[in-house]
Amino acid sequence: MSLQRTRTIIDAASKPGLPAHIKLRHDPGRGRWHVLAPERVFEPDEIAVEILKRCDGATSVESIAEMLAKEYNAPLADILADTISMLQELADKGVVKA
Amino acid sequence: MNEIAPLEQFGDAAGASCARAPIGLLAELTHRCPLQCPYCSNPLELDRVNQELTTAEWQDVMRQAADLGILQIHLSGGEPTLRRDLEDIVEVAAKAGLYTNLITAGVTLTRDRLKKLKELGLDHVQLSIQDVDPTNAEKISAYKNGLDKKRELGKWVREFDMPLTINAPIHRLNIENLPNIIDFAVEMGAGRIEVANIQYYAWALKNRASLMPTRAQVLKSAEIVEEAKERLKGILVFDFVVPDYYAKTPKPCMGGWGKGIINITPQGRVLPCHASEQIPGLEFDNVKTRRLADIWLNGQAFNKYRGTSWMKEPCRSCPKAEFDYGGCRCQAMAFTGDATNTDPACKFSPHHAAFVAAAEQESASPNPPAFVYRRMGGAKADAPAE
Repeated sequence: MSLQRTRTIIDAASKPGLPAHIKLRHDPGRGRWHVLAPERVFEPDEIAVEILKRCDGATSVESIAEMLAKEYNAPLADILADTISMLQELADKGVVKA
Repeated sequence: MNEIAPLEQFGDAAGASCARAPIGLLAELTHRCPLQCPYCSNPLELDRVNQELTTAEWQDVMRQAADLGILQIHLSGGEPTLRRDLEDIVEVAAKAGLYTNLITAGVTLTRDRLKKLKELGLDHVQLSIQDVDPTNAEKISAYKNGLDKKRELGKWVREFDMPLTINAPIHRLNIENLPNIIDFAVEMGAGRIEVANIQYYAWALKNRASLMPTRAQVLKSAEIVEEAKERLKGILVFDFVVPDYYAKTPKPCMGGWGKGIINITPQGRVLPCHASEQIPGLEFDNVKTRRLADIWLNGQAFNKYRGTSWMKEPCRSCPKAEFDYGGCRCQAMAFTGDATNTDPACKFSPHHAAFVAAAEQESASPNPPAFVYRRMGGAKADAPAE
């Protein structure tokens, strides 16, 4: 069995999720969300939190973007492109898998 | 999205609020270790086993840490797995909501114990390696067949679907093997690698003349890391720490004194950084006699160099004062004899030229001195005349 990891590539059909060791947590003391990762703490902004909350391994990137486009009343194409690029960046940091 | 490295915060990503609440806690559970690496970050004067905090004391530290707002706990040493109660400490830390990180040399942990630790909530394993060349690894650690054991532990970590970081301290004895060290991390399925050039404190400072790489070697290693980063995007995340002897600006040490990190020694002394005990005039509190939150907010050692008001010139009027905080207090103390001086790694320090010259001369020597290995009492017994 090879132990080697492969790169996760995010597209509209990907169903992103957080690996078990990545923890999206609300920090009541600081009044904000954190992503806890190996020797890293990320501070997601409001949009990133909304995206990460929907990364359940079952919902596609396209569906996440549709929900956000509706909620923020923004063009779907723009939201989709931004969501893909954000999730790709997070996948490359090991925070998201698909 | 801001990104914070809880063990070495950079810039002001942590935000001003962090003086109120630290992000990370480095818990040195013990100074005992089967390895004797000559660059160990532990102090020359090692805590003995009968001085170590009890299980209940460490568990209380974990609960206090979570209450204080600490997010990540780094269980380190020495070798933390030599504590037979590691499981009891991890269990309480995980229940308190802390993200738990085990920093191990990987030669004493069994498969069963690792499995148990995972079940109790251990989140991540950082495995240090000395080299991928077994002979060289033995020479550096003074420990036989360590590499085979580390490889085995790495496999178990992946078998249990846990994230793995390979920590590779880099110096003149292994810097030429860097490409193979990176390959090793990929082969083990690590998600992160720390290509960590030695920082010269404590044992490493004592052995600096045996460890310092040349400037050309450091530049070459930076190229190797850049190439590998691109090639291994999405497979291996790199943390690259350069030796500051060849830098022009100092590192923002600890992300600022007393700003985001707490270090606790085996006997319970609470430090702003692991090397700070060498600075005279600091009063260190102990978790046995004072609450962690009180120490963090009001302890003399934490407030001594917090912020920028303690600074002299050239730091005081420097536009980067709030970025690098004048660099490292411990290095300023060790090299200039005054902890309020600018870190000699800074080009504006009057000591900078001598600092660079020391590295250049030592690294160019064809016959570096023999190691002073890290062991109890070793710094005195083996120390050459100074």
